[in-house]
Amino acid sequence: MTNHYIDFRNADVILNMGGNVAENHPVSFKWIQAARNKGAIFIHVDPRFTRTSTKADIFVRLRSGTDIAFLGGMIKYILDNKLYDEFYVKNYTNASFIVNPKYNFDDGLFSGYDPTKRAYDASVWVLEKDEKGIPKRDMTLQDPRCVFQLLKKHYSRYTLEKVTEITGTPAADLEKVYKAYGSTGTPDKAGTELYAMGWTQHTVGVQNIRAMSIIQALLGNMGIAGGGINALRGESNVQGSTDQGLLYHIWPGYLPTPQAHLATLADYNKTTPASKDPRSVNWWKNRPKYLASFLRSISGEKATKENDFGYSWMPKLDQGQDASWLNLFDEMYKGTFTGFFAWGMNPACSGANAGKVRQALTKLDWMVNVNVFDSETACFWKGPGMDSKKIKTEVFVLPCAASMEKEGSISNSGRWMQWRYKASNPPGESKPDGDIMYELFKKVRTLYGKEKGAFPEPILNLKWDYETNGHFDIHKVAKEINGYFLEDISEHPVDKKAYKKGTLVPNFVFLLDDGRTSCGNWLYSASYTEAGNMAARRKKTDPTGLGLYPEWSWVWPLNRRIIYNRASVDLEGNPRNPKRPLLKWDAAGKKWIGDVPDNAVPPMGTHGVYPFIMKPDGVASIFGPGLKDGPFPEHYEPLECPIEKNLMSSQRINPVIKIFEGGLDTFKTCDPRYPFVCSTYRVTEHWQTGVLTRWLPWLIEAEPQMFCEMSLELAKLKGIKNGDRVLVETSRGKVEAVAIVTSRLKPFQIAGNTVHQIGIPWHYGWLHPKDGGDSANLLTPTIGDPNTMIPESKAFMANVTKLTKKPAQKG
Amino acid sequence: MKITRRTFLKISGATAAGTVMGGLGFDLSPAEVYAQELRIKGAKETTSICCYCSVGCGVIVHSDAKGKVINSEGDPDHPINEGALCAKGSSLYQIAVNDNRLKKVRYRAPYSAQWKEVSWEWALDKIAANIKKSRDASFMEKNAKGQVVNRTNGIASVGSAALDNEECWLYAKFLRSLGIIYIEHQARI
Repeated sequence: MTNHYIDFRNADVILNMGGNVAENHPVSFKWIQAARNKGAIFIHVDPRFTRTSTKADIFVRLRSGTDIAFLGGMIKYILDNKLYDEFYVKNYTNASFIVNPKYNFDDGLFSGYDPTKRAYDASVWVLEKDEKGIPKRDMTLQDPRCVFQLLKKHYSRYTLEKVTEITGTPAADLEKVYKAYGSTGTPDKAGTELYAMGWTQHTVGVQNIRAMSIIQALLGNMGIAGGGINALRGESNVQGSTDQGLLYHIWPGYLPTPQAHLATLADYNKTTPASKDPRSVNWWKNRPKYLASFLRSISGEKATKENDFGYSWMPKLDQGQDASWLNLFDEMYKGTFTGFFAWGMNPACSGANAGKVRQALTKLDWMVNVNVFDSETACFWKGPGMDSKKIKTEVFVLPCAASMEKEGSISNSGRWMQWRYKASNPPGESKPDGDIMYELFKKVRTLYGKEKGAFPEPILNLKWDYETNGHFDIHKVAKEINGYFLEDISEHPVDKKAYKKGTLVPNFVFLLDDGRTSCGNWLYSASYTEAGNMAARRKKTDPTGLGLYPEWSWVWPLNRRIIYNRASVDLEGNPRNPKRPLLKWDAAGKKWIGDVPDNAVPPMGTHGVYPFIMKPDGVASIFGPGLKDGPFPEHYEPLECPIEKNLMSSQRINPVIKIFEGGLDTFKTCDPRYPFVCSTYRVTEHWQTGVLTRWLPWLIEAEPQMFCEMSLELAKLKGIKNGDRVLVETSRGKVEAVAIVTSRLKPFQIAGNTVHQIGIPWHYGWLHPKDGGDSANLLTPTIGDPNTMIPESKAFMANVTKLTKKPAQKG
Repeated sequence: MKITRRTFLKISGATAAGTVMGGLGFDLSPAEVYAQELRIKGAKETTSICCYCSVGCGVIVHSDAKGKVINSEGDPDHPINEGALCAKGSSLYQIAVNDNRLKKVRYRAPYSAQWKEVSWEWALDKIAANIKKSRDASFMEKNAKGQVVNRTNGIASVGSAALDNEECWLYAKFLRSLGIIYIEHQARI
């Protein structure tokens, strides 16, 4: 999130699209209600009428997988009716920038496409620079090659009629949403967008969010109170686990994982983002300091300037290698791995095409599963269709402590890092995860110390000293993440003050690239300082009155509650919305008042700099050349879709998605055997695969089994009654469910045809409860967004039929 | 008066009804206060954050003198949830107090149809040996292009957004020191 949960109350218009906030983030809904109580409009756009819709001032339906068409229509409406914030668009976005003449778009393809590689050469999408390397601009926005005019041209095709044909949303409904949301383009109004997996789990997931980012940039809704693009993430610490680099492509703090062609630290640092524009902060220019400090936190004193701080010991990806989830399980299925950790996860139910995932687990020599409760992953070898006598995989199940049985911090979607304390001991022999990994590594190191082995340096040199009185101490790790000085510094270049060796750094501004500082994750630097554990703070002061609560817990980066907040002021530093001033420049005191400013430089009108400090050009990217599937979002159909032809172009599906073919990977589009659009989703009473909810008596009583929601019309067509047992089927798998026949779903009219949509929750598994049904992911395809590789679980084609007799018991 | 679970529910029910029929002239609020006091009287209060979705609601966990969790409820001082919790958050204590919890280390040998309970020491020793065997067998110093990659191709990991920040960081460090590159978790799905 750019903003945070309490900030919803500061919005004038709230759009929840790609999510179901009332059911999946229930308590946050109080801040939507708070906004509504002050007159805000709440809009819900979804294929299904949910409890969120019941509270919406405007609810409209769209066919799953057509969000870009819907949002593209909104971009056109905003431009046609001049609803955009002209000052903001000119000063704080790249609308005025001139695009390289090689950029073009024709019939669903951007220039630079290579059909044999299914990839673009993105180098033809760049912005033009002058002789000094500064982007060329036309502040009148009239140049036909400027971003603004190209945007207009691109979305001129997204007419109400065309959008209606694709989405199934009546034109009057589209206009209602466009008008209401478009009303936030004035400086005194704020509009916010709340999304979740309803936007990410598509083959155009990133571009769904990009389309909304363009709208927010046009309306001046980024960097302001009550605005922003706000991902309502699914797990209590999925923000933190991402920040800490538990993904193949990033190290902690979003430092890109090094690739093989970057042999030395100097090679890596040559890829540091650069800008020649003196008005662009380009914060990533500081990356070498964060990298050197990170490497020192890995290998401690063994990381020296002479050995590149141990850079070569770290594993490298091949150039362009994609080791993400779907590829990981594809490789496992092919037998690439002998060992596997599923730590605090249940991939046998959470992975797309779970049938393939379960088969992949049989190819391993050994697997370690760490969990609070038993799971379908731990027990895969005795699951449906498995013959344990034929499965070689050695399985270790390590019981771990639950959240209230250990100490540590988690980060919510609003980037609030909050400390939890230990309330009780974990039951039986279970242990905190931290203790388990700490002990396990010591055993591995002992082995490498005793016996010969492959390249032992990174293991023997690892800094692994997080103990107090012989016990693992989580506070020592928290301090390692914050960082500290490794030498006495008599005069620090930042503040000319002296710092002693071992002193915790005040924040990441003090990190150095010469090895004199250590920091596990620059983004969390300032979270645990000499002043104490900032995440544990519980003081409820609110000086701005906006609900920022700067002394409650701690927020990355630098306790900044709303990021890009200098976009909320004019060129002189005055709040553009005097009703909700987030920041104000105090000219006399030469300082900002309000939130922690996104860089404490003076306002732009004096000799200041652009507000979007993490972007190389310093401004919001309406034209976004950094993605694999184009600089403007374009509508493509889901991989499995109900119509033969994309009504927008000759490209039916996203032209750069990786197609997994053969084996257990099958796809059926416009196939009469699988005629209905299916989405997976969640219910309030369960969470993810249900590992932490299916075993709880209250929750399993409230939502005991797998169900399938369908419209009255579809039920009639298929002869299904409410409560009947049904079989939901795709070309990949089958699950049994109880039919919920409901007017919450309605058929769509798509290009003259009736298209039915069904929906299923994904919380169940064969292990427990016995008659609860199995995972919805047995049905979902192995296909991902080309940028993130997040699977397309929100739009695939399925069939549903009534079960006439009770099938044989499983397991 | 001995308060059993049954009579407690009766009191709570009557209190709820009393709120609705507040005009009838009797006041059950002392009974309500008394009933609430009994459950958590003398209990230790520990602040926590809910482990389910990403809203980050504050929770107070009550534990008895023996350190056993006896209750959890929304933290009224917490600025995000102001004491409120959803169905999942309200059930939180049932994670701690639950007969289904895994309490021992389990091992399933190749081709076996059974779990076996084993000691931590035995399991961690065996896992460490497995790691070394898989790593040594699949370690790649240079790729096909001759570039130094120093990686372990034969081990993969998924997890976890269910860990605390400090554990996530430690786990990321652990995996990368082993040379593992197939590192993924919930954020990708």
